[in-house]
Amino acid sequence: MTIARTLDDACAALAEHPQARLLAGGTDLMVGVNRGQVGLDHVVVLDRVDELRAWHRTGDDLLLGAGLTYADLGRGDLPGLLPALAQAARTVGSPQIRNAGTLGGNLATASPAGDTLPVLAALDATVLLRSATGSRELPLAGFVTGVKQNALEPDELIEAVRVPVLDGPQEFLKVGTRNAMVISVVSLALVVDRGGRGVRVGLGSVAPVPLRAAEAEAHLADHVGWDDGSPPAPDAVDRFVELVAGAARPIDDHRGSADYRRHAVGVLARRALHRAFPGGDR
Amino acid sequence: MTDTRVEAGTRPPRLGESAPRPDGTPKVAGSFAFSSDLWHDRMLWGGTLRSPHPSARIRSIDIGPAVALAGVHAVLTAADVPGSPTYGLEHSDQPVLASDVVRYEGEPVAVVAADHPATVRRALEAIVVDYEPTDPLVDPLQAEAADPIHPDGNLIRRIHLRHGDQGAVGEVQVEGTYEVGMQDQAFLGPESGLAVPAEDGGVDLFVATQWLHVDRDQVAACLGLEPERVRLTLAGVGGAFGAREDLSLHVHLCLLALHTGRPVKMVYSREESFHGHVHRHPARMWYRHHADRDGRLVRVEARLVLDGGAYASSSSAVIANATCFAAGPYRVPSADIDGAVVRTNNPPCGAMRGFGAVQTCFAHEAQMDRLADALGMDPVELRRRNVLATGDRLVTGQVIVGTAPVAEVLDACAEHPSAAALAADPMSLPGGAGRTADAGHVRRGEAVALGFKNLLFSEGFDDSSAAVCRIEDGVATVTCACAEVGQGFVTLAQQIAREVLGVSEVLLAPAETATVGSAGSTSASRQTWMSGGAVQAACEEVRHRLLRRVAESYGVDVDELVLADDRVVSLGGDFEADLTAVTTVPVEAEVEFHHAPTQPLDEDGQGDAHVSFAFAAHRAIVDVDPDLGLVKVVELTTSQDVGRVLNPLQAVGQLEGGAAQGVGLAVMEEVQVQDGRIRNASFTDYLIPTALDMPPVEVAALIEQPEPGAPFGAKGIGEPPSISSTAAVVAAIRHATGLDLERAPVRPADIALAEARP
Repeated sequence: MTIARTLDDACAALAEHPQARLLAGGTDLMVGVNRGQVGLDHVVVLDRVDELRAWHRTGDDLLLGAGLTYADLGRGDLPGLLPALAQAARTVGSPQIRNAGTLGGNLATASPAGDTLPVLAALDATVLLRSATGSRELPLAGFVTGVKQNALEPDELIEAVRVPVLDGPQEFLKVGTRNAMVISVVSLALVVDRGGRGVRVGLGSVAPVPLRAAEAEAHLADHVGWDDGSPPAPDAVDRFVELVAGAARPIDDHRGSADYRRHAVGVLARRALHRAFPGGDR
Repeated sequence: MTDTRVEAGTRPPRLGESAPRPDGTPKVAGSFAFSSDLWHDRMLWGGTLRSPHPSARIRSIDIGPAVALAGVHAVLTAADVPGSPTYGLEHSDQPVLASDVVRYEGEPVAVVAADHPATVRRALEAIVVDYEPTDPLVDPLQAEAADPIHPDGNLIRRIHLRHGDQGAVGEVQVEGTYEVGMQDQAFLGPESGLAVPAEDGGVDLFVATQWLHVDRDQVAACLGLEPERVRLTLAGVGGAFGAREDLSLHVHLCLLALHTGRPVKMVYSREESFHGHVHRHPARMWYRHHADRDGRLVRVEARLVLDGGAYASSSSAVIANATCFAAGPYRVPSADIDGAVVRTNNPPCGAMRGFGAVQTCFAHEAQMDRLADALGMDPVELRRRNVLATGDRLVTGQVIVGTAPVAEVLDACAEHPSAAALAADPMSLPGGAGRTADAGHVRRGEAVALGFKNLLFSEGFDDSSAAVCRIEDGVATVTCACAEVGQGFVTLAQQIAREVLGVSEVLLAPAETATVGSAGSTSASRQTWMSGGAVQAACEEVRHRLLRRVAESYGVDVDELVLADDRVVSLGGDFEADLTAVTTVPVEAEVEFHHAPTQPLDEDGQGDAHVSFAFAAHRAIVDVDPDLGLVKVVELTTSQDVGRVLNPLQAVGQLEGGAAQGVGLAVMEEVQVQDGRIRNASFTDYLIPTALDMPPVEVAALIEQPEPGAPFGAKGIGEPPSISSTAAVVAAIRHATGLDLERAPVRPADIALAEARP
């Protein structure tokens, strides 16, 4: 076991032990360990690396350390800068889990139901990876490659996530079969970029990876009154909802049916849009 | 509302006062020793190899590779079971370890003892079992016609209850087919125990269970030992709710301990626990209710099929309850109710809080609402016109001789004022933390449901509990094998001893099989009555003997003497002695307490099969988001027939906890089984209510009409809270949505996609 104090420590340990498991909050890792599915030949402990638990603003971008916990995402200035991310983080587990689990862990696990992933998709986030030999930056879609699959090399760790600070409302909505502490059946993030005159929509739990509803976004861009903030007309909203639902590629599983997910993602799209542009059709 | 405050004072609580649990603070603080905390310095770890198939023949088992691993001390299969190869609560039909066939996914096939849990895991992986999978029988409706999957056949029990005029027809009839899914007891402490081999060739087993003596008898039979050489001691129980009434790891642990000569500990994982205990029976229920134009019930017809899963467990008693109480707490002059419980390759089902009455309550209450709708009558008024009272006859022909304040229970609940306002914050609306709804998306519904069941064991079972009371040096010690599983016997036994003996200090000895006779099961809402009764009787006998001895020693009239405030005093005031002084020589008594005998049901399901009944009502107010099918239970009001409240704090705890399990079954709790396999064997996916799902439980009334024959007049209170709560919540969702919703739990798609249809 290596208890890393700096990023360099952690990367050096990974270079030396390419089979090592990274331990940040442990909220996913330990489930696998307890089930006997994950061996722990070597562990690199990250939770004492201060650099990972910080965030910085650089121009119009935010750099979010991979070690920020879900609880951290809801504290201080972050909810004002990234409201949808804070909302998504709030839906994760219980307070104990939110105090332990991290943004980097959510990315690395790359579950189709990862709660922050639709928000990061909508924000066009990029993922900064680091190893002893260098750094690279991948778009989210390049990082999450499949169900619980990511692009990390054995000697790499996630250093940070880069997201833009946008002018405009943001919403995250998540359907679960319980009112808290629940894996998402379907989730949706909607962020408005007034500067770029666009609305971006990320979808969770409706495909192997987080999706963007690109057609729906393109359609909506033409129907929002960008100069006066007026909402799109009812038929434009209906079309938006249809396009969002059409973008989903859900499956049947024990948490919900594909039909329900396709239906629900449309309902979430309509409601998120209404919250972002109140006054129109809800 | 009952006052549940605990007064800070020096005098320990007596009967009728709130007694805080001695294990309450340790459990909250994390210092309570559960059975999973058991430890022995020389102990080995045990583990279980389980079938991955719901149905398969076992061609061969090769334990060689596992035995060869360093650190492995034993690998045992069916061939190593020295006594009875099977066990069971009512029918000995379940193999200790499967030998030739496996009948459900997760059935134990082999057990291992090793020096470390990781070694156990490797050893289990190293065992080679050659299975020949066969088509599982998974549809309970096909079970009777299918080839038998067990030598005992696929029909576990059928009761065809016929009561009254079989030609009776009502002017108004309503019909429905209802379904209840498989609920898990979801206790927090998974199965765990420690077996220690003894010098006499026997074994001491420390285990979390509900009925020590019946466990002992089954374990001893499987081990081929005399019962005296198998000694069970209750370990810290993390909840039970029926799931610990059957054996789980008991025999396995003892086999491993006796084979290795070392103490062996075993703890199930949560996933394993889902496979390791019985669940609530899924039910399919067809009903037709007949009534006259005034809403008086004329006849109830029903066909009930319960899925018992692979082994019988307590299915025979569950189907009796489902059938006997199928018509609800109403006067029904004519009935034809056919109840069957069948065997399938699904997970075994057995006891769970409410025990058969939960499923039929869901159906009969839906029928009562449907009937009210057909009659254009208020559903509470319809119930009021039909409720049972003392002197009425059940559909089993039994006349209720005890208390039956059903009208009082119903009215207290239905008329209780509601404080439920519509929330503005999305967190408090359906969808909760997911923030999916705004107030405009929500529809509110409200409904009342009524339910009942029997207390204690039925159908002629010779039911008893034994207790020993000993008083020495002014301290009373109560010994009883009653399993404390959270119901509160630990406080109650002390309260009773204080009440009877006037003594402040009461010790409760550990519950074990070696020192006292059977207390019976902690189930069927029976321990307050049965073990409470045994403690009362034992304490009374001690009082009697003590006072007689004092009277003889001091030459006073025994009829003049009373025990109060740790003293023996004469009513005339001319004699007084300190209790400590007169008990330097101890006084002890052991008593076996029986309830009034019951009769078996005859071939028409008729007979005085039950001792007593308890009734409860729930009113649910729900907010529903119809577009997403999400539900928030806003308010739950209840009233219950309790006989007499002995510990108000504990009573309200039972009402709250039972209602929470009812809310769970209404909107989220289901063991999802597909092709015989459990799809959600984890607390990630088997959901139970959180604080955002469970509303405050408003107790409208605890109806106190002392029950004749019950110690202190107190009825059992543990099960009724979980019976009508599910029915009330689903009825309220129906009210909000206008949908039929004939299945519990209600799933989001049942609402959202139903609405999407034209």
